[in-house]
Amino acid sequence: MESRIRVFLLAAGAAATLAVAAPSGAQAAQAVEAPASTDTPAPAGPSQDGDSDSVSQPPVIEPEVERRKVKVPKIKRSDFEIGGFAGVINVEDFNANPSYGVRLAYHISEDFFTEATVGQTTVGRNAAELFFNFDLARGERQFTYYDLSFGYNILPGEVFVGRRRAFNSALYTTVGVGGTRFAGDDEFTFVLGVGYRALINDWLALHLDLRDHAYRSTLLGLDKVAHNLDANIGLTVFF
Amino acid sequence: MVEPFLELHTGPGRGYPVTQVVERGETVAIIMRRTEWFEVTTEGGVKGWVYRSDMARTLEGTGELLPVPDPSLIDFTNHDWEFGLEVGDFGGANAISAMTGYSFNESLAAEMHLSHILGRQTNQYLADVGLVHSIVMPDVRIVRRFTPFVGLGTGVLRLEPKQRFAQQLDSRTEQYAYVGAGVKFYLTRQFFMRADYRWHVVFTHRNENQEVEEWKAGFAFFF
Repeated sequence: MESRIRVFLLAAGAAATLAVAAPSGAQAAQAVEAPASTDTPAPAGPSQDGDSDSVSQPPVIEPEVERRKVKVPKIKRSDFEIGGFAGVINVEDFNANPSYGVRLAYHISEDFFTEATVGQTTVGRNAAELFFNFDLARGERQFTYYDLSFGYNILPGEVFVGRRRAFNSALYTTVGVGGTRFAGDDEFTFVLGVGYRALINDWLALHLDLRDHAYRSTLLGLDKVAHNLDANIGLTVFF
Repeated sequence: MVEPFLELHTGPGRGYPVTQVVERGETVAIIMRRTEWFEVTTEGGVKGWVYRSDMARTLEGTGELLPVPDPSLIDFTNHDWEFGLEVGDFGGANAISAMTGYSFNESLAAEMHLSHILGRQTNQYLADVGLVHSIVMPDVRIVRRFTPFVGLGTGVLRLEPKQRFAQQLDSRTEQYAYVGAGVKFYLTRQFFMRADYRWHVVFTHRNENQEVEEWKAGFAFFF
């Protein structure tokens, strides 16, 4: 210990003589001193090297309790729901056609959620088109729809399958707006829906949905509100 | 936990029955959080759902109360990202709009809006970016829930006539600029309402520029 301090002071002295500017040498000596003092964990009583002014008054009691850095683990959140659906949509004046799409939901609280869906179908030829052999949809037979909706879980509950299994479920309603593209035009669409969600486990849910996509249509030459009823089954994953 | 016992519900909702309680001194492991509910497992391996305020009365391994941080009114004027959906009127046509914004500080933010305008004669698609200056309100009761803002920006729009008007109107893509003002109203947690007014100048290829007024309101959240 003693020799180490001596070596140390010698080195510091050498550094001080080598350095042209005296203050910079003192700084260098101080800079090395800090790590050296960590070698002696307990305060070494009154300081032995009387020439160093930088050593401050040693603390009376050295705290021996180490501050633990507590890191709170991040709790996994699972408020989003993503998935797909498939079903049948009745396109007004154009038969019932198979539909499919995707949905993304965000659960705001246990009661409310917001949802975005996009779906599509290819519209078949109706009786008039077949009989008179013409195309009312102007060659664009793809019917694409999207909506942004608010949902409310009106009847949350549980369903029981057999004696041992219970699944959380909810009957919900949705109301929203969106757009429908059909026959080359986009139409502003109101969407009203009712649905049923059953959670198979913590992250997988089964949906049954009934939606009415209503918009003003002038496709057949008369101004009317076209109702397009979509019934579908979906699977979603919570994340 | 601080309370004599912790109630475990069968589902993440106030109506789900309490079928299990955990006594003081026992520990639970948190599996996840959905909305305001925490799913936990007991030492015996039983799963259940605990409400947020009950969960906040439990202790961590260190002996401190479990912190259940949630965004609040303080974060309303001090957050990074926000996301919103708005519906309204764009020059007489219906407008549906999605927006995202990034705040540089309390008062300055950059925003991007994507809009779908559904009219009787035309459909339009708009995409724009802009800067927003929020006015920091005094910290008194209801007033602090409001944040008025002004903004300006620029974007491009694509206009497509409806099939019936395809002969009279052309499809076109044009640039526009806007100035706007609006207000945000804080609801709860990270949610707020938002209303926007905008005045657009569309730089048309014709002799005259076109001016369009837009009103819209909607729902947004920050994180």
